[in-house]
Amino acid sequence: MEDVKGSDGLGDTELRLGLPGTSTATRSAKRALPEGDEESHDELRRTSAAKAQVVGWPPIRSYRKNSFPGRKVEAEAAAGLYVKVSMDGAPYLRKIDLGVYKGYKELREGLDNMFKCFSLAELSRREGGSGSEYAITYEDKDGDLMLVGDVPWEMFISSCKRLRIMKGSEARGLNSRH
Amino acid sequence: MTYFPDEVVEHIFDFLVSHRDRNAVSTVCKAWYQVERLSRRSVFVGNCYSVLPERVMTRFPGMKCLIVKGKPHFADFNLVPHDWGGFALPWIEAAAHGCPGLEELRLKRMVVSDESLELLARSFPDLKALVLISCEGFSTDGLAAIATHCRSLRELDLQENEVEDYGRQWLSCFPDSCTTLVSLNFSCLKGEVNAGALERLVARCPSLRGLKLNRAVSVESLTRILDRAPQLVELGTGSLTVDHHSEAYRRMINTFHKCKLLRNLSGFWDVDPRCLQSVYPVCPNLTVLNLSYAPSIQGADQVKLIRHCFKLQKLWVLDCIGDKGLAVVASTCKQLQELRVFPSDIYGTGTAAVTEEGLVAVSSGCSKMNSLLYFCHQMTNAALITVAKNCPRFIRFRLCILDPGKPDPITNQPLDEGFGAIVQSCKDLRRLSLSGLLTDKVFLYIGEYAARLEMLSIAFAGDSDKGMIYVLNGCKNLRKLEIRDSPFGDAALLENVGKYETMRSLWMSSCDVTLGGCKALAAKMPRLNVEVINEGDESDEMEENPSDAHKVEKMYVYRTLAGPRNEAPDFVWTL
Repeated sequence: MEDVKGSDGLGDTELRLGLPGTSTATRSAKRALPEGDEESHDELRRTSAAKAQVVGWPPIRSYRKNSFPGRKVEAEAAAGLYVKVSMDGAPYLRKIDLGVYKGYKELREGLDNMFKCFSLAELSRREGGSGSEYAITYEDKDGDLMLVGDVPWEMFISSCKRLRIMKGSEARGLNSRH
Repeated sequence: MTYFPDEVVEHIFDFLVSHRDRNAVSTVCKAWYQVERLSRRSVFVGNCYSVLPERVMTRFPGMKCLIVKGKPHFADFNLVPHDWGGFALPWIEAAAHGCPGLEELRLKRMVVSDESLELLARSFPDLKALVLISCEGFSTDGLAAIATHCRSLRELDLQENEVEDYGRQWLSCFPDSCTTLVSLNFSCLKGEVNAGALERLVARCPSLRGLKLNRAVSVESLTRILDRAPQLVELGTGSLTVDHHSEAYRRMINTFHKCKLLRNLSGFWDVDPRCLQSVYPVCPNLTVLNLSYAPSIQGADQVKLIRHCFKLQKLWVLDCIGDKGLAVVASTCKQLQELRVFPSDIYGTGTAAVTEEGLVAVSSGCSKMNSLLYFCHQMTNAALITVAKNCPRFIRFRLCILDPGKPDPITNQPLDEGFGAIVQSCKDLRRLSLSGLLTDKVFLYIGEYAARLEMLSIAFAGDSDKGMIYVLNGCKNLRKLEIRDSPFGDAALLENVGKYETMRSLWMSSCDVTLGGCKALAAKMPRLNVEVINEGDESDEMEENPSDAHKVEKMYVYRTLAGPRNEAPDFVWTL
């Protein structure tokens, strides 16, 4: 497997719950600024979208969901682009529909929200790391484990079979596997 | 009692209405068991896999009404794989053989094939009522068979089923000789029915009391139907799209004026808010109103309507009614007993529709409230404590805060105290659904105070095994426990294994229970079916020799006399 893209600068080798190319600086700056209405509205929308992807939540019968015209309905697992998401050290296995995300940024935010709200930031803190020393990897059609973000989004969603959020230390070894 | 002849004992048993009472007397002695079983007319099977159908038929040969429930409740939310089970056919086959005099069949959350419906239609000449709730697997072909062959049919009630529409004119299959219909509900069907056939059917059934139409039925057709059936007590409208300037609209208003007996109103599919005035004449008499399928009605219009409904006992609305709208409900509907507020915008922009304020308002105004289903964006402990004080009569309390694990937004505390107040105050509470940020403490309260609790739904709650243990050790009337995404593991599962034989079922998904734990439970309790449900795909490690330490994704445990299922699909392992 080729080197992870953008591995030139030290900053880019820092492993965190983020995709190569994004920087933590921008993210934390955003959080520190007082949020205007529009921004919190967007944040709320993203949060809602991410949370909406938890299977079976909110607990509303499919019949009722389907009766609303023009709404995105929760498809059967076979019909949607559902993939399992596991996080090392977490007891929960989630399922998400890749089809609702427009790109890596939204996916990252969705996963961030999803696992954060299940107190996994707690877990990682307990284990001695900061809340962000994780990497998102995925298993593709051939069963290979790849870092998320390398290939164009469209190619990614068609080949991704399963997502795995793993500890930074394990992901570093990814290069040597292939 | 042994000195009384059987007929006298039987007559005394006739006064026992509930299934539980009849079950209880049947265990007193052999004589009573015999009298009871031969005179039992209505049988309720809460879990279709708890007993073999043949056994039920053998025990109750005089059975006239059979009620069976299939899939676990969380199947409603897509947590149970599609082909898990819950088939109606074995029950219908057994009944056809053992109780051909069956008059009523009520099924919930079961897979009902067209083949089953055809068998049903041909096997029971006295069939008077068929009620299917949240079922699937059948089509309009099956309905055509029912309409064609069930000569004594009085009630056909299809509630929220997934029905394939093959365009077969099933309604036209009711023969001209069918004049006995009392209740017909086809609101869940998507396709059109022949308007003429429907109107003629209504016209020839003078005893018709309840009619729930589907979306495809037009206003014109509705008007003609109501003209022929002004005696209706329950009505589910079809599509209420009509130009409010038109003649059709005027005719509809006139017709509604004639429906003096109308007490229950629902439907409102695709309604133009300006047409809502047409139902104002019937509002003062309504006891049940369901607006929950009408997202086009804004809060203000809902409120205008509800202001006329001062006798309302049951109200289902969408959350666009808002807190202010709920305040109007509180001041108008003093007889209100049941309120359900559904979310109108599940995936959208999260504009806060109802909050704790709306609930508090309703609780202050409607002291008779006993049943609640409330989807909201936030809840506070203070509000719940107030609600608990205002409405101590809750039997069902289901709160769903849309954001999982959300704390009290004002104090940032978990909602333990709020729910604790509810269980302490509402001594008759039978059903509870929790949400929001919750620690083990809430379960301590539930175990301690919720003595009459029968069904508990837990999601994203608790800190440790202790939470689940408090519940299992405390709630002595617990029948159904369903848990998802909570940190309860093997220690909790195995703490009180005998408890599960006193319960109907336990569901746990995305918790910390391991395969080893499930195996241990199965080994200790042979009269339970411990089902581990794996929706594995090829890349899943579970497929090849899973270790006992592996966490199970979904587990369903239930007491049974029937042993492990022999028709369970591959992904269901009964340990």
